[in-house]
Formats: sequence, C-alpha cells, structure tokens
Amino acid sequence: MAVLVFAENSQGRIKKGALEAVSYAYAFAELLGEDLEAVVLGETDSNPSETLGRYGVKKVFHYDDADLNDFNDQLFTAIVADLVKEEEIPVIVMAQSYDGKALAPRLAARLDAALVSGAVQCPVKDDNGFTVRRSANSGKGIETVLTHRDTVIISVKKNSFGLNVNEADCEVEEVEYDIDMTSSIKIVERVQTTSKVSITEADIVISGGRGFKGPENWGILEEFAEAVGAGTACSKPVSDMDWRPHHEHVGQTGIQIAPNLYIAVGISGAIQHLAGVNSSKNIVVINKDPEAPFFKHADYGIIGDLFEVLPKINEAVRKHKASQA
Amino acid sequence: MKSLVCISHVPDTTTKIKYTDDGKSLDTSGVTFIIGPYDEYGLVRAIEFKEQTGEGSVTVLCVGGSQVEPTLRKALAIGADSAVRIDANPLDGMFVAKQISDYARGKEFDFIFFGKESIDHNASEVPGMVAEYLDLPFVSQAIHLEMDGDTAILHREIDGGYEVLHSSTPVVVSCQKGISEWRIPNMRGIMMAKRKPMEVCSATEGAVAVSTERFELPPPKSGCIYIAPEDAGSLVEMLADKGLL
Repeated sequence: MAVLVFAENSQGRIKKGALEAVSYAYAFAELLGEDLEAVVLGETDSNPSETLGRYGVKKVFHYDDADLNDFNDQLFTAIVADLVKEEEIPVIVMAQSYDGKALAPRLAARLDAALVSGAVQCPVKDDNGFTVRRSANSGKGIETVLTHRDTVIISVKKNSFGLNVNEADCEVEEVEYDIDMTSSIKIVERVQTTSKVSITEADIVISGGRGFKGPENWGILEEFAEAVGAGTACSKPVSDMDWRPHHEHVGQTGIQIAPNLYIAVGISGAIQHLAGVNSSKNIVVINKDPEAPFFKHADYGIIGDLFEVLPKINEAVRKHKASQA
Repeated sequence: MKSLVCISHVPDTTTKIKYTDDGKSLDTSGVTFIIGPYDEYGLVRAIEFKEQTGEGSVTVLCVGGSQVEPTLRKALAIGADSAVRIDANPLDGMFVAKQISDYARGKEFDFIFFGKESIDHNASEVPGMVAEYLDLPFVSQAIHLEMDGDTAILHREIDGGYEVLHSSTPVVVSCQKGISEWRIPNMRGIMMAKRKPMEVCSATEGAVAVSTERFELPPPKSGCIYIAPEDAGSLVEMLADKGLL
C-alpha cells in the first residue's frame, strides 16, 4: 500500500510538470498516511532518487532500459499496471501532460480504475470514495467529482498545484519488466520546432494578437520574452494568418495554459481565447481599446498603443535586470 | 479506409457558462450545441480519405439522447455516410468508452477518430480507454496523418515539437488542429444528410467510475489595476514586487 506517482522521464530528465505531480502525490499520500513511491521508465541522466527524494518520494522503481526511453502507451500501460498489481497500489498520480493524457485513460481501462483528469486540488476523503476538484468547460468552470472504484488514478493539471520540497530518504529499486510486446507504433523521428521555453511549462507567457499588425513586428515581444525567460504565444487569428506557428496558438481550440503570469498584448480577449488562458494566476492586458473584454479578466491593464507601451516595458525590464546583476 | 468518427455534442465555443441552481449540470437554456471542434478535425480527415481514394466509408457516432441528433445530422451534411446514436446519457468517460468499444468491436474499422478532448469535460479520457478496450494502438493529439501503403504516418504533438510515428492499422487517433481544415456544410450536403441513415442502438451495461458532485464557476477577479500608458515601465516594478518577474 502506497501512493504511486508516474514520474515522467523526458529524454533523461524529470521535468517541472512531473515534479508538480510528485508534489501533488506527496500531499495525497500525507492525507492517507501512506508512503510515496515513484515509477520511472527509461534511462535517466542522473540517479532519479536525487530529484525525487527532494519532493518526498521514499522509493523509486526504476526501469533503467533504453527500450523505454521513447514513450509507448501500450508498453507503458502494461508495465505500470503490472507494478500496481504487484505492489497492491490503490492510488496512481501523474501529470496531465502529452504522455499523461495517453497513459492515464489506458491504465484506467486496464485496471478498471476511477480516473480524475485535470485535477486542480488535492482530493478529500469521502465516506464513499474521494472528492476531487478538476477544471471543466475549458477553464470556465470547476467540477467536483466523486470516485467509485477501489483504484484511483489522478492526472494533475499543469501549473495548478505548484512545487513543494519535502526532503525524504529515497531508495532506488532497479527493476526489469517481463512483457513481450511487438509494438505496432514506431517513433521514427522527433522534431523540435522551437528551442524556446515550452508554453505549457513556462512560469511567464507573453502572447500577441492582431494588434501587432504583422509578423514583422514580433521583435518587441520576443525581446521581452528573452529578457525574462518567458514563453511566447499568440491568438487564433494570428496563427490562422500564419504570422506565428500553430504550436504558439493558445485558446479554446489551441493550447490551454496556466502560467503564473500571462501577458496579453493586442488581444481583445474573445471568449474562446479566454478559455485557453483563464487559469493563469496573474493576467496583464495591454490593448488600445478600453472596451476590450479582456480587461474584465485582467489583474493589471494598460490602455494604450502596444508599439509605444511594450518598448517602455522592455526598457524597464533591462533596468530591473541590471539592478539585480 | 473504413473510419469511425466519434463526436461529442458540446456547447458552442462562445457560450457563457452557467450552471443549474443545484450545481449538478450545465444550464442549457439558450445554449447552442455543436460538434466538438477537435472531433471535427477527425471527421474531415476521414472524409478526405474517402474522397482521395474513392472507397471506404465514414460512420459518425455519438453517445447521447435524441437531442444529439441535429449534431449527428450536421456531421452527415459535412460528408459522413451514416450516423449511429447510442441511446444513453453519457455518464462518465469510462461508460462512454465502453459504449463505443462495444459498438466498434468486430466491425473492422481501419481508423477510430476522436478529438483530442471534448470542450465540456476536457478530460481526454475516452480515446485512450477505447484503444485499451479494443487492444489497439493509440496516437494522441495528432496534427498530421497520411497513408504510405499500409502504414499510417502520423505526427503527434509533444512539448516544443512533434514526433513522427509509423503505425499499422487499425489504430485509434485523437485529432487536433493541423490534421485537416474545418468545412462548412453546403446546401447539397444539408439536403443529402436528411436521407442518410441514422441508426439508434441501445446502450450496453456499464457502471460509472466517477460522478459529478457539483459544478461551480471560478471565483471572479477582484478587479483590474490600470496603469497609464506613459507610465508603462512601472508595471515591471509592480510585477517584480509580487515576485512574478
């Protein structure tokens, strides 16, 4: 009996999104009075106990095998399901990441478990199961659900719980799997379309809309992003017109993000755009139209021409950085 | 290619969300329902396969009461050949996934398409569960799909890029923008849709794994602090004071 967290291994590293799931799982394990254990699949750059112990993991099941470096939903499901059965684990936690979205439902079907996707708060124990708050209606609502199975799987919405350090003595058990599976899916290539900060993981995201008038004007936005280490995003019209690549499109039909700080520049804030960004903790809106609906959802607003406002902000960022150096 | 396209019947993307007084469900008064936008990418890709090769079929499926039939008709107007409604209240992801896999089992679909998520529950649960129940490979969040002989070549979005995957068929694919372009049904399509078959199947047994206790709206913003444009630089100081920069 323990809480098991699937600590997602991204090409050798356990990234922030995975560690957030670990922090969530730790809080859940504390609630249940159980130990926190983790499963890591594939080779890692360093001993996984170093990273995971910091966030409260007592034991790591490490399948240190090059065949597991690439995600495969069928094989990963089989391995984790076997481990869960072997260790009699009642609760599994993972990040609601690209891989998590493929793994969690498969695993739930395999184990006949109750799956709560996109959890935003630690569960509460109920007489009949657990109640968990999750994001619904594209961030426009919050749903509280009750689980009805002995096994529970929770995927944690990104940037909703935060990282909490809880130092623990962590041991690693090297394990091997005994599953003979010829996968019908093969990864032939991995294409990196941006070397910049991933917008789903970034603490700060700055986003541009039609107000920029054309792709040639993005320099001032990128200058800001580079100075503070922010991810860059855009509205749907901007990606539809090919001013910016699709993977930067945030909104209802694009990517949903929840950074600590979201800065919307030249975006009016149509309801579809808000659906993708309204989980952001702090929102700054820069728009020359005082009637832009986005201001109703902003924490800070500047009504003005972005081509005058943004350079002033960039100047202030330079001074701020210089004063810190 | 023989495709099954599973669609959700969801509130229009411009809907201002309100819940019923007991918090148990969405207040649907005045709400327009549409085909899930992501599901529609899969629908169009399936139709394109048929157009390109002149063979195969596109079956569109939705789990829901009779109120989802106009949504299925719209999918027929866009170009699906036939529709299936599984007559059940879509209670939770696992229940819906069981219904779809019970329907699809043995019917030899090459592709089972979904959107990457429904825009009401946003759970991304059903496609992966269906893949597991049918013991099929699953490619999630696909942004590109083409056939090379018997091999499906797919691009799957990952953090900061995409993976190029080769898969055999049958395969379950969840779709998003990039895999196709939405289509607006034309008059001919709308007329033809009226005569296309719509089969109603009764649901198989299934117990929910997760139930809704209540819905609520997120707490409103406390209000916006305005900064004069000529003083824009002071924003940086304010953000830094809050530890945000």
